[in-house]
Amino acid sequence: MRLRSFLPALLLPFALLLVGSDAHAQQPKAERGPFALTNARIQTITNGVIEDGTIVIEEDRITAVGENAPVPSGAQTFDLDGSTVYPGLIDAGTRLGLVEVGSLSETRDYSEVGEVTPHMQALTAINPSSVSIPVTRVNGVTSVIAEPSGGLMPGTAALIDLFGYTPAQMFREFEAVTLDFPDTGRRGPWDDRSQQQIEKEAEEAIQKLNDTWAQAALYAGIDSARAAGATDGQRPEYAPALEALAPVVRGDTPLIVKVDAASDITRAIEWAAEHDQTENVIFSGLAEGWRVADEIADAGIPCLVGPVLAVPARDADRYSKPYANAGLMREAGVELAIRSGEAENVRNLPYHAGFAATYGLGREQALRAVTIAPARILGVADEIGSIEEGKVANLFVADGDPFKTSTDVEHLFIKGRRVPLVNRQTELFEEYLDREPGLEGQPGEQSGGNAGGPTGSAEETTPETD
Amino acid sequence: MRFLTSLALLLLVLAPAERVAAQEDGPSQGIVDLYEAREERDDWLIQDATVLTVTNGTIEDGDVLVQDGNIAAVGEDVDAPGDVEVYDASGEYVMPGVVDAHVHIGISNVNEATNPVTAEVDVGDVLDPFDVALYRALAGGVTTSHVMHGSANPIGGQNETIKHRYGVTDPGELRFEGAPGTIKFALGENPTRVHGTGQDIQPSTRMGVEHVIRRALNRAERYAAQKEAFQNGERAAPPEYSERLEALADVLSGDLQVHCHSYRADEIVMLMDVLDDFGVDDVTFQHVNEGFKVAPELAEYGAGASVFADWWAYKFEVYYSTAFNAAILARNGVLTSINSDSGELDRHLYHEAAKTQKYGDLSKNQALKLITINPAKQLGIADRVGSIEEGKDADLAIFSKHPLNIYTVPQRTYVDGVKRFDHADDPSDVRLFVDPEAPVPATRAGHTAGHAGTEEHRCMHGAFRMGAFARKALQQ
Repeated sequence: MRLRSFLPALLLPFALLLVGSDAHAQQPKAERGPFALTNARIQTITNGVIEDGTIVIEEDRITAVGENAPVPSGAQTFDLDGSTVYPGLIDAGTRLGLVEVGSLSETRDYSEVGEVTPHMQALTAINPSSVSIPVTRVNGVTSVIAEPSGGLMPGTAALIDLFGYTPAQMFREFEAVTLDFPDTGRRGPWDDRSQQQIEKEAEEAIQKLNDTWAQAALYAGIDSARAAGATDGQRPEYAPALEALAPVVRGDTPLIVKVDAASDITRAIEWAAEHDQTENVIFSGLAEGWRVADEIADAGIPCLVGPVLAVPARDADRYSKPYANAGLMREAGVELAIRSGEAENVRNLPYHAGFAATYGLGREQALRAVTIAPARILGVADEIGSIEEGKVANLFVADGDPFKTSTDVEHLFIKGRRVPLVNRQTELFEEYLDREPGLEGQPGEQSGGNAGGPTGSAEETTPETD
Repeated sequence: MRFLTSLALLLLVLAPAERVAAQEDGPSQGIVDLYEAREERDDWLIQDATVLTVTNGTIEDGDVLVQDGNIAAVGEDVDAPGDVEVYDASGEYVMPGVVDAHVHIGISNVNEATNPVTAEVDVGDVLDPFDVALYRALAGGVTTSHVMHGSANPIGGQNETIKHRYGVTDPGELRFEGAPGTIKFALGENPTRVHGTGQDIQPSTRMGVEHVIRRALNRAERYAAQKEAFQNGERAAPPEYSERLEALADVLSGDLQVHCHSYRADEIVMLMDVLDDFGVDDVTFQHVNEGFKVAPELAEYGAGASVFADWWAYKFEVYYSTAFNAAILARNGVLTSINSDSGELDRHLYHEAAKTQKYGDLSKNQALKLITINPAKQLGIADRVGSIEEGKDADLAIFSKHPLNIYTVPQRTYVDGVKRFDHADDPSDVRLFVDPEAPVPATRAGHTAGHAGTEEHRCMHGAFRMGAFARKALQQ
């Protein structure tokens, strides 16, 4: 640990110059509407598929959807020629915007010092200029939960749209305090604690959680009494952590409980019931959710499931269990959305959903699990998650199934603005595919190209079926 | 070894309730027995599949005949002996077994991080046939892996090319017989962090990395010359024997091929310059995230590049990466593969390769080459594996749909004609060895996705623990 924290300090001045900005790149600006998307195949999610329709976007909203939606005069019109419009995908659990370079602590803003820091606001630290954000959104992901992690209560997560110049512009009106539920079992094959030690430490961790909760409940009680004029108006001593927890205790702010192992999930369900939080909690992670899916369904607790592309939790588990997990939970009746748990590669959310679809969830449910399902669980379904008149225009156009790697995104709209499909990775592609100069700095010399290299030419065609 | 086998069998017999619980959809047969039975059969006719040969196009409605573990015939309506077991693969796709050019599974140690040069150590000495990760990769169509030493040292240890013969309990049976020897080199942040920052010795910069490698190769050159002089009678005694210099001399002679962990364009060019000075031609750069910046130089040198599909930003030296790397390299004529470096990614390399359709518009066949014939060429085993051709080893992966399609499900994987993975028939719990010391089931819960969570546990596995040990030793 010591080694890792030292080198970044040396790099700091360098990193500050470069990280999170891209001085040489002239990013084209996002355009404002009104827009009309015509000859569109529209996957509304909530109202089926419109095979040939029109979508009108004015300001930040979808103002018309349908087969014969009238196009307002002056609208910039895109003839989609049969391409499909999807609502923007929502990743229900990421560190996007909270970290720029994983190994550099100066760029990691998701974990504050302290075990109980619910007053640490993800929204404060989200970097709107993170290079990872444009890299993510070109794959159709338009909203993510950015969540703190580490410790018992690492902070307050926020839902953001992936376009905007300040955190406030990106904020999508959902926040939740996060609880990393204490590990009450063996943490991995390397965990060589005795059974007694495991149980003792689990009890201590749960006790710490309960103590914290009792304080928060007391604080909330005093605070409520004061607000109701029942006290002489004296404010309780400043306790920011408890102040952040008070609305959770009252059920006004949701509690995202990060929990993975089966035994921990069971305990978290019990804990929620004991603390009158069953209606207020949202579970996240759920690596072993399939093992206790019935219990979760009985408790009626919604789940943000993932990463899907992960190794099984136990050596004894079937190789495909992480892929199948969401499908098995859904089958048991759990309300769920899918999360990638990623930072710089949240762009792979469609593939997490695709693998879940393939291994039991089915394509339709998987698509819902990254659109309307998270919107409903997070309480923002009146704004995002489907293509409906009056909703925020977070949507994208694709030439095929967005879960397939052969599909390209053709247009992207976030909050009604048409966002350019460029980022540093596409710029590097443009610059370096046919690098100029090529070898040895010879002006005009073309290098390599497609001249029969070992992998064959780009034009190579082989009869293939899919 | 026989003892371990018996122990594994015994433990399977005495398996605890946990095993029964995990068995809901599998037979309750001992896994070692199951595989011993399967090994009896290495003759098959895989019938009516779409055969993706990779090197000779696609055969719609084709057959692959396997005899004695080799591909005996490929084509439409292949004639087969009457008694051969037939697998009806109609509607399914068969491709060559996936070759992973970089992974750290199936070994019990990764980094010998006690010195910047450790050419004498060999991960082939610590093969672990009980690692379930070997099976999980099979379940994603992988049949061959290049199991590598870690990246803590500018010159690390020797690697081992293995076949995923999951089910064997003798470590030696995992080896890919006859595969050329390879050795790990590593540039950039990992070696400078472990040795420079961690132990205050060279290298702490990329300049130092170059020097450490040059110094080591120089010594090897002198060592080899002294040996030769002794053999020619020009010297009274041979040089003092050094296992390390023996290995490095093999690098100079080409008997050990260099596979170099690298990221930045400058360090990639540096190593090509160094190797050129020592007359070493055969090099494959691993990870090589900025390879796209020097693709013409890589192509001219004839160097290989083995890359991630899209991993980036987990450390500073991969911040200026692009998911278009593989496509830029391939389209510039560089022999390119996609590897996993991860016991998670290696389960879906077919999906990783598929991403080049999105990032750079590679054709399906080009994408498949990145995980089959190209890595096979990089490992010097293309005469045996990497394509479906008559005479090659019967290492085959069968998929329900085209392997690049997100909705595909791997169905069967054969290694040397032996069925080592069967989606329909394998039990859930395939452990060959059940740890009797584990009183409660261990879970890897709370895992993180992506490279941030894996590299420290794979490529750099053991680097810092050993580093601390070495520091202490130096102080004494």
